[in-house]
Amino acid sequence: MPEFIRIVDTTLRDGMHSVAHQFTPEQMATIAAAMDAARIDTLEVSHGDGLGGSSIQYGRAAASDEAYLRAVASVLTHTKLAVLLLPGIGVKEDLDMAADLGASVARVATHVTEADISEQHIGLAKRRGMEVMGFLMMAHMAPVEVMVHNGKLMESYGADYVYVVDSAGYMLPPEVRERVQALKAALNCKVGFHGHNNLGLAIGDTLAAIEAGADIVDGSLRGFGAGGGNAPTETVVAVLKRLGIETGVDLYKIMDAAKLVDQFKTQPKQGPDATLILGYAGVYSSFLLHTARAAERFDVDARDILIELGRRRVVGGQEDMIIDVAYELAQKQRATR
Amino acid sequence: MDRRLKVAIIGPGNIGTDLMYKVLRSPKLEMCMMAGIIPESEGLKRAAALGIAATADGIGPVLERKDIVVVFDATTARAHLQHAPLLRQAGKIAIDLTPAAVGPYVVPAVNMDEHLDSLNINLVTCGGQATIPIVAAVGRVAPVCYAEIVATISSQSAGPGTRQNIDEFTQTTARGLEIVGKAQKGKAIIILNPAEPPILMRNTIYCEVQGSCREDDVRASVEEMIEQVRTYVPGYRLRVPPLVKGNLVTTMIEVEGAGDFLPTYSGNLDIMTAAAVGVAERLADHILGKKEVVADA
Repeated sequence: MPEFIRIVDTTLRDGMHSVAHQFTPEQMATIAAAMDAARIDTLEVSHGDGLGGSSIQYGRAAASDEAYLRAVASVLTHTKLAVLLLPGIGVKEDLDMAADLGASVARVATHVTEADISEQHIGLAKRRGMEVMGFLMMAHMAPVEVMVHNGKLMESYGADYVYVVDSAGYMLPPEVRERVQALKAALNCKVGFHGHNNLGLAIGDTLAAIEAGADIVDGSLRGFGAGGGNAPTETVVAVLKRLGIETGVDLYKIMDAAKLVDQFKTQPKQGPDATLILGYAGVYSSFLLHTARAAERFDVDARDILIELGRRRVVGGQEDMIIDVAYELAQKQRATR
Repeated sequence: MDRRLKVAIIGPGNIGTDLMYKVLRSPKLEMCMMAGIIPESEGLKRAAALGIAATADGIGPVLERKDIVVVFDATTARAHLQHAPLLRQAGKIAIDLTPAAVGPYVVPAVNMDEHLDSLNINLVTCGGQATIPIVAAVGRVAPVCYAEIVATISSQSAGPGTRQNIDEFTQTTARGLEIVGKAQKGKAIIILNPAEPPILMRNTIYCEVQGSCREDDVRASVEEMIEQVRTYVPGYRLRVPPLVKGNLVTTMIEVEGAGDFLPTYSGNLDIMTAAAVGVAERLADHILGKKEVVADA
């Protein structure tokens, strides 16, 4: 086991999905200040789908990317500020803006097979002196060797870290271990893991990643991320403490910070079953609330929508396919009634 | 007497080759020359095998041919920036399939009439060709304040040019939604999907309109527009008809390629070559029609 693991908290990015991107800059600043006091290493702030993600497709945010970054940057004393960018959604100008406002970590995310669309964005972030973390999203969808090839591409563009991202909360601990080990063996840069708790495995997956050599892991307060959420940051800190692994984070203070998100925590309308199906079907976690809405609008079962999306091998960002599938299911239902 | 418009293609890659087959099928166009820079190019060999003048000496031989009126540029944005002034000096009309945007953006079903006398025509992007007609169709019913499109294409049909410059796609498409689609504000998102077998190009078009609109009116306008586009892109079809919720109109389109040279799943590439031929055919009517009038007088 390593002596130290770096933790990135993504409550203010992945958690944006859970509030339909409605945090206010003030709320973000309050939560960020509490995490800064707990000495969390890095925290991520963006629309759930990254910079430039505010849209009809993914949901409009309550404020602009700039407003969120300004609000959070102004309260940080120790914690590094990270942003997320998905090429195809956000553009280089967004990264420049974030760097200007004090973001020192750029997380550049692509589908696990499409790393070659990230070259310009990773290059720009490096030129701006930012630390770069490459995200291989929906990692479960590609064979291990394809994932490794894409990780190598990100490293060649300048990424300091490459992440196995289990966007669908689909992976079981042995699968996480295999993928992290494969990246560790093939890359010179550091390796990370970002998980989702759709199958109740986020902490177990995180531990498997660390055992396999991960240098960095993600969490969110109370596991406040998309779908079934992420590994709860405060739990990761406590578990790593028991293992004798240092994180630099104050356990009591991060627990205090976690209390701040309780007021936002709501049970999705479709109940925990839809969350389970996300993980079971291997569907992008942020589809949860959009699916619940479409199920209501077209009067179909959310589980049917998610299973069909999984069958069609839909990737992250294809939220419009939810409407497509729900519409088709509704047409079929009408025809058979 | 041959009443076809004489054309040449620069750039014998996959796009240029697909374009060549479409030109050969056109009753209004005459495929006169294929120009590239690599002698071993498969596209040049194919052209030569079909009895078409093929050159690896670049744009020069095209400029020397006085009879060629229209030149398709299927190279790169950087190359087109060099080609554009040369073509202009030679009095040739350029139809630009690259993102160089030297000339005005043209979507044949929407604004061709405004640019019949332009010496350089730019085809925006594949996403623009697929989505701008819908924005324009919605706009005929109620003004569009905001248009947002999501283009999902198969990974296999996204070439290295698109991949290395993905921002160029989103930013150019967004501008096209505004300039040609007449949306007050445009936003574009592109997603690559690696599923096997490859998916057809899909586009979702969200339009926020001023005031309100009736679903029936929007559907009629969109369906009419789709027929218009289908005259030059037969594989262009509605996947989900316009759904109106409040002031938001959501429409989904699918584009299947004609399979001239590129596989049918590459609807995103097909719609560019089909639009290019659509533009050239309109120019043929315009230019040859004008000459006829002069000759008759």
